[in-house]
Amino acid sequence: MEFLMEARWSPYVVGIGIGILSWFTFLISNKPIACSTTFAKSSGMIEKLFRGDKVAQKAYYEKINLKVDWQFMLVIGIVLGSFLSATLSGSFGLQWVPDLWAGTYGTNPVLRVGAAVIGGIFLGLGARWADGCTSGHGISGAMQLTLSSWVSAISFFIGGILAAQLLF
Amino acid sequence: MKNNTQLIWGLVFGVLFGFLLQKGGATQYDVIVSQLLLTDFTVLKIMLSAVVTGMIGIYYMKHKGWIQLHPKKGSVGKNVVGGLIFGLGFALLGYCPGTIAGAVGNGYLDATFGGLIGIFIGAGIFAAYYPQLQDGILQKGDYGDVSLPQLLKVNDWVVVIPAAFLIVALLYWIESVGL
Repeated sequence: MEFLMEARWSPYVVGIGIGILSWFTFLISNKPIACSTTFAKSSGMIEKLFRGDKVAQKAYYEKINLKVDWQFMLVIGIVLGSFLSATLSGSFGLQWVPDLWAGTYGTNPVLRVGAAVIGGIFLGLGARWADGCTSGHGISGAMQLTLSSWVSAISFFIGGILAAQLLF
Repeated sequence: MKNNTQLIWGLVFGVLFGFLLQKGGATQYDVIVSQLLLTDFTVLKIMLSAVVTGMIGIYYMKHKGWIQLHPKKGSVGKNVVGGLIFGLGFALLGYCPGTIAGAVGNGYLDATFGGLIGIFIGAGIFAAYYPQLQDGILQKGDYGDVSLPQLLKVNDWVVVIPAAFLIVALLYWIESVGL
């Protein structure tokens, strides 16, 4: 079982593993792997805590239904699975500022967290706008050969590549 | 009862997915941003090998009648505009919605205390303006949930097999030029 303790696996092993995992999510749960709706649900659930039940009556939250579902559990599972993998290989560690960011913008955690919040706003808005993210469109939708998913995935990378060139 | 069983399956699949993402390096900001800077192709290698593996199995199971597909409806206003907004956030945050969950589990605090809060705000903004967006830009250039085989009016395998070869050839080329 030593391979479970390695820090990195070949990207092809990981990709083929995710592809096979998708077969089973379709077979057992009748669902494709996807993540981003869960963040909209969480946002609605948090807002509901502060502003009450009327939040759940917003058209979008009525559409996605503010309840813990299969995908919500999947996202919680990702946190646990990543923690397990990182712990087994000894690569778990608390870090505020990634190395690549620090190389250009320095090691100030406030600047990095501020950028992460702003980046997160665009990411969260864009994921709902496009109705999917890198997993829902980029992996699951692309493997189903859905036009909307290929258009989205290409747009994610065009936007991302252009923005990264400006940032670094 | 059946519903609770599915929640447990969701958790199990998530643990496996998160484990694989972490082993692939996809929970790291540096790996994701290096892909967008076109200096490290790990993310694309993971995604394309997942797509080709998944595609062959899923179309096989579809033809056996074991599963049904779940295509998403789309439009130019949704997927191109939303996709570009997403891309801007993708570069600035350095994680996407799936990998940020993995980054949280990996101990990256910019993800936990920055990115997550931003994503909640962004999703909340969308929910607030959803009625107006839904009646406007999200309907521009609508093409529904059409698949590439349907669009080309051909048998599924006429797209699946060449697509598999093209993706494998692209991955082979990426390796051969040393990326």
